[in-house]
Amino acid sequence: MSDASLNTTTQDGDAGFGDFFALLKPRVMSLVVFTALVGLLAAPVPVNPIVAFASILFIAVGGGASGALNMWWDADIDRIMKRTQSRPIPAGRLSEGDALGLGATLSVFAVVMLFLASNIVAAGLLAFTIFFYVVIYTMWLKRWTPQNIVIGGAAGAFPPMIGWAVATGGISIESVLMFTIVFMWTPPHFWALALFMKSDYRDAGVPMLTVTHGRTSTRKHILVYTLLLAPIAIGTAFTSIGGPVYLAAAVVLNALFIKGAITIWRRDETQAEADGYRTEKRFFALSLVYLFAHFLAILAEAGLGQFGLGGWA
Amino acid sequence: MSFEKVEHALHKRRKSRNIGLGAVLIGFVALVFVLTIAKVVDEGDAQRAEQALRINPPKASE
Repeated sequence: MSDASLNTTTQDGDAGFGDFFALLKPRVMSLVVFTALVGLLAAPVPVNPIVAFASILFIAVGGGASGALNMWWDADIDRIMKRTQSRPIPAGRLSEGDALGLGATLSVFAVVMLFLASNIVAAGLLAFTIFFYVVIYTMWLKRWTPQNIVIGGAAGAFPPMIGWAVATGGISIESVLMFTIVFMWTPPHFWALALFMKSDYRDAGVPMLTVTHGRTSTRKHILVYTLLLAPIAIGTAFTSIGGPVYLAAAVVLNALFIKGAITIWRRDETQAEADGYRTEKRFFALSLVYLFAHFLAILAEAGLGQFGLGGWA
Repeated sequence: MSFEKVEHALHKRRKSRNIGLGAVLIGFVALVFVLTIAKVVDEGDAQRAEQALRINPPKASE
């Protein structure tokens, strides 16, 4: 009789490949891949397609590695929050040690490989992103301050800058603007989520704005950040990565986003509970479209530029 | 007496992990190979362009 026949329930070390892949937060990784790719393609310097592919892959691996390290550190609160209970560690398919080992190994691997594939600026930015997400956001800010999402959002905003750095080897106003769009978009996006995932963060003891300052204040914060985001997002249209297509998209998207934020701000909890947080859920869905469409518009301008049609020239 | 090999869920999980890891390693080797070729070709092109400039420098405009 082998050890296998004694116990066939999931044991530490016997997880499938999919469980390890789930540690890398594939959905977050898809956003990282998309924004990094747009940053790379919008840059004025052409990149060899193989180098571009490899670089985006290593950026994605680096993003995934930081996701694994986040799951290692947050395993205790992931067990409490409904939204995260099915993740491999809370579900008992993998141990914290597995996540730490995979995350740490892939972090080093991704940074070294990105350096070899592209340049030191891109690799340095990736290393800083992983450090920022794991140490600054996950270990420090997340459980300490209601501004966790605001400052921690920087980690998710770096990929387009890294993509740009892969092509140009540096940082410029355009890459900083792409960073700022994602950075300013993150708070309203997550606060809308926190409004309708009401008990999760409170139960886990995470000081989200909804828990520390109340839901009315959170609604006000969503509106303020949405209003601050609009001029940055629209202003990007007048840089080298923008153009008429981007401007049209940005004006429409920001008008919709501001309208949604005003509706959220005007509502109170009684109204929200009565319709099952419909407006907040819609705003959250719109925020995903908002970011995707902005970067798609930048990509469209870069694509049109190949035929001499992009930008304002 | 014959022994039939029973495949447990545990074996399936291990198999999926081994196949997955194998595919990742093969993919990585292939990627490094293709990346090396691309870098060497790019480097060669850059060197040739530099050499051509040294042999036939562009005339300075008046």
